[in-house]
Amino acid sequence: MTNTWQDIKNANVVLVMGGNAAEAHPCGFKWVTEAKQHNHAKLVVVDPRFTRTASVADLYAPIRPGTDIAFLNGVMRYLLEKDAIQREYVLAFTNASLIVKEGFNFQDGLFSGFSPEKKDYDRSSWDYEIGEDGFVKSDPTLADPRCVINLLKQHVARYTPETVSRVCGTPVEKFLAVCELIASTAPPDKALTSMYALGWTQHSVGSQNIRAMAVVQLLLGNIGVAGGGMNALRGHSNIQGLTDMGLLSNLMPGYLTLPKDSEPILADYMKTRGFKPLRPGQTSYWQNYKKFLVSFQKSVYGPAATADNDWAYDYLPKLDVPGYDILRAFDMMYGGKINGYICQGFNPLQSFPNKKKIRAALGKLKFLVVMDPLETETARFWENHGDKNPSDPSKIATEVFLLPTTCFAEEDGSLTNSSRWLQWHWKAADAPGEAKSDIAIMSGLFRRMRAMYQKDGGAFPAPILDLTWNYTNPIEPGPDELAKEVNGKALVDVKDANGAVLLRAGQQLAGFAQLRDDGTTACGCWIYSGSWTEAGNMMARRDATDPREQGLAPNWAFSWPVNRRIMYNRASADPSGKPWNPAKPLIQWNGSAWSGIDVPDYLPSNKPEAGVGPFIMLAEGMGRLFARDQMREGPFPEHYEPFESPVANPLHPKVSANPVARVFAGDAADFGTVEKFPYVATTYRLTEHFHFWTKHAKINAILQPEEFIEIGEALAKEKGIAQGEWVKLSSNRGFVVAKAYVTKRLKPMLVDGKPVHTIGMPIHWGFTGAARPGFGANVLTPFVGDANAETPEFKAFLVNVEKTAVPVA
Amino acid sequence: MADFQSLDIRRRSASTEVPPNIREATQIAKLIDVSRCIGCKACQAACMEWNDLREEEVGSFNGSYDNPADLSPATWTLMRFTEWEDPQGNLEWLIRKDGCMHCGDPGCLKACPSPGAIVQYQNGIVDFISENCIGCGYCIKGCPFNIPRLSQADQKVYKCTLCSDRVAVGQEPACAKACPTGAIAFGTKHDMTEWAGERIEDLKSRGFDQAGLYDPPGVGGTHVMYVLHHADKPSIYAGLPNDPHISRLVQAWKGVMKPIAMAGLAFTAVVGFVHWMVAGPNEVHPEDEAKGRDVLDRQDT
Repeated sequence: MTNTWQDIKNANVVLVMGGNAAEAHPCGFKWVTEAKQHNHAKLVVVDPRFTRTASVADLYAPIRPGTDIAFLNGVMRYLLEKDAIQREYVLAFTNASLIVKEGFNFQDGLFSGFSPEKKDYDRSSWDYEIGEDGFVKSDPTLADPRCVINLLKQHVARYTPETVSRVCGTPVEKFLAVCELIASTAPPDKALTSMYALGWTQHSVGSQNIRAMAVVQLLLGNIGVAGGGMNALRGHSNIQGLTDMGLLSNLMPGYLTLPKDSEPILADYMKTRGFKPLRPGQTSYWQNYKKFLVSFQKSVYGPAATADNDWAYDYLPKLDVPGYDILRAFDMMYGGKINGYICQGFNPLQSFPNKKKIRAALGKLKFLVVMDPLETETARFWENHGDKNPSDPSKIATEVFLLPTTCFAEEDGSLTNSSRWLQWHWKAADAPGEAKSDIAIMSGLFRRMRAMYQKDGGAFPAPILDLTWNYTNPIEPGPDELAKEVNGKALVDVKDANGAVLLRAGQQLAGFAQLRDDGTTACGCWIYSGSWTEAGNMMARRDATDPREQGLAPNWAFSWPVNRRIMYNRASADPSGKPWNPAKPLIQWNGSAWSGIDVPDYLPSNKPEAGVGPFIMLAEGMGRLFARDQMREGPFPEHYEPFESPVANPLHPKVSANPVARVFAGDAADFGTVEKFPYVATTYRLTEHFHFWTKHAKINAILQPEEFIEIGEALAKEKGIAQGEWVKLSSNRGFVVAKAYVTKRLKPMLVDGKPVHTIGMPIHWGFTGAARPGFGANVLTPFVGDANAETPEFKAFLVNVEKTAVPVA
Repeated sequence: MADFQSLDIRRRSASTEVPPNIREATQIAKLIDVSRCIGCKACQAACMEWNDLREEEVGSFNGSYDNPADLSPATWTLMRFTEWEDPQGNLEWLIRKDGCMHCGDPGCLKACPSPGAIVQYQNGIVDFISENCIGCGYCIKGCPFNIPRLSQADQKVYKCTLCSDRVAVGQEPACAKACPTGAIAFGTKHDMTEWAGERIEDLKSRGFDQAGLYDPPGVGGTHVMYVLHHADKPSIYAGLPNDPHISRLVQAWKGVMKPIAMAGLAFTAVVGFVHWMVAGPNEVHPEDEAKGRDVLDRQDT
């Protein structure tokens, strides 16, 4: 989230699209009811199904799964055509006026630079025109046709309401009603909040879905303000913490990126990281990149990281591919290229697409270690459960180790929520049986590996042997000690230019502004710096005092970065420093400094007239309507059909799906066609369950006991399916036998002149737990991911449905 | 909350004596705002947790999100989902938390023949006192909302207690505590009615012209009230009675019939006594004995 859960109450319009907040985030959804109650906000829901969120919405519009970009590009066109944008904001705070290079263009579904052989773009033309002074050219009058905003207008001109309706299936009048409400937040004192989740990410164009909305929000001047923002509703209690701490295959903590094979030395690596400003006088905070990296290396390797060895840069793995995401890892496993797998706290057999492939891949491992508080399907993948898990244990040689772990209530630690708050929690109970904490298990593994490297040497033992492990209890380091290490400390006395001591050796850092690139500071995750300072554990704070009752509560826990609650909050004030919305100010220029109820996302002494942009992490300091080369499929969002779609792309049938999404050879053959699989399917969560965990709890099992699919009345009638009857739902990858919920909440839509039916399937059931056994929706889903993040396309694929006999129990 | 703590009894089933009135307690109410409810079932889970209730079987899918399929001795509250289309064809998904309404004039209590098995507290809560319950099921007939359920395990009847145990120590009912969206509010009936007024105003501003409060006078008002977007048609919310009344049969049985029956009993006693005075006691004569033996003999053969 750029903003916070509590801040949603300040919104005038709440747009839930690409998510189902009431269903999946019922507790956070209270802030939507607060916005409706106290701010007279309107709730707009755009979703393929009439959801629980839709049940309390002021306006609901249906949409065909996988067509959100067409819808949002249509919204952009509407806003630009009606001039319903916050002009002053757009001009001052976005790259609307910057001039784009001559070579950049878009034609027949492709941007400039596409290579059909590589299935990738040469992105060098997706950039600004640079002047002789080394800075980007701009035209504040917006007269130049190469201005970003003029190119954007041209790009979205195709997305008329009629075209949107033809692609998305949304009736024109519903689409226009949504546009009208969105446009109502263009005035400076009005805000719209965008609440989204996996409904946007789990597509082959997932990242661009979110970018499209970010562009809408920038045009409306809704980024950085109270009640605005792009608010990703994270699906696990600590999934924000997972990404922050760099647990993705291409990341290190704090969104530092792993080096590539083509960057053998630190100087190569730094060339593309610590970039310089593209406009005069900009902050470009990533100029401090090296301080974050060196301090991280010092925290991991201590004295072994020195200036002479480039801070142990050689110890870092170098990527030969963009990333070893889950799809790639399981494809490699399937191909016999991964022998052992440590599966910590997740359940791939239920979570990853094309269950048949996942099951086969696990069966090719020599060993599988599962660390989990529950006995998961993954740990029992080798068991035969008939159609629900057709394994033949006699043919599987994988040795499976199930290591029971503690759950969150059985340990101290911190969880980072969607609002970027690190909230400390305390152990409430002892773990049952032999369960050990993940820290104890990982420490045990590490210490044994280190002993083996010490004894036997090996190809490259240094990164293991040099790892610092100076914990009070090396067998199970305490969560508090680890948290302090993550925050960072001074390793020696840190002095200023005059020799005055700024930080004593061993002192906890107050924040990342104190980090150095000379090896005098250590910090495990720079964005978390400030969470455990000399004043103590900031994450454990529980002071709910809320100045102005605006939902900020600055002394509650710790919000990264630097306890800032609303990111980009400089943009909440106009160029001269006066709040756009005087009723809900965040920070303002008081004549000598920036101050207010939030920590400024800006250097507090930056005078407004200096013209430093509010987006201080970016080289131009401006919000990007045009993404330069940062997205793999284009600097503007473009509608591409899902990989399995009922229609060819109505805009450019020859480039129907995302041209740069990665598809492995074997998986392309598993895609189905509309001739055999005529219906669109989508998958989702239900309130009563959390993924595949709560089916182990009896109360949750009682509340939603059995697998089912959702099918509209029209299709049910066509197929002769009565309420609650058994059906067989199949894709080209497998089938599910479940009961049908015949519902009014799914209606056929007219897409490109033909009716399209959508079938829904909740994800929760498997062959373990207290609920009735089920197949799991991932039997059906396709093995393809988003081109930027490789998040699997769980939300739009093709199926067929047939009535079937009652299964034999 | 201290004012709600009274568990002084106002009324007691099948009892003529009036309990001593120590003081007049504040009337409490639970307000369920259907327009804010997202059907998350946190209330159902909280009810199961607090009252330690579990269905024996986990159940099955029945063509809706209603789980379990109905109220039961182990399910005292239940979200009921209705897909309803207005005359213009706009879909609404109406979600109503079903459970005991805690009537001002409780039909269950009226119908109950067992002294003290059903009581109404001064604060308005209607509670079942299991140790006095004889399992006759008359309360089920007496309830205009079809709420009480008879347990096959112990032959006693169960329903929502409005967490009288929690209320007695100054806490709100478990369902209200768990509700994430504030759709369930708890307080004095006066405050809840006022709060409902604000909600109704908001709903009217959003185009629900018929929004209103459900506090049906036919049962003396209720201590569980609903804010409905379509208060003119309560029955679209999974069969919420439009104008609930205690069944005529129960009314007649416990109303008009009760004195008549009492008079009947008294009349029988008097006639019996007069007969005894006039005709003397019944005696068995030798011919009666012979007739009896005859009957027994015939049965043996």
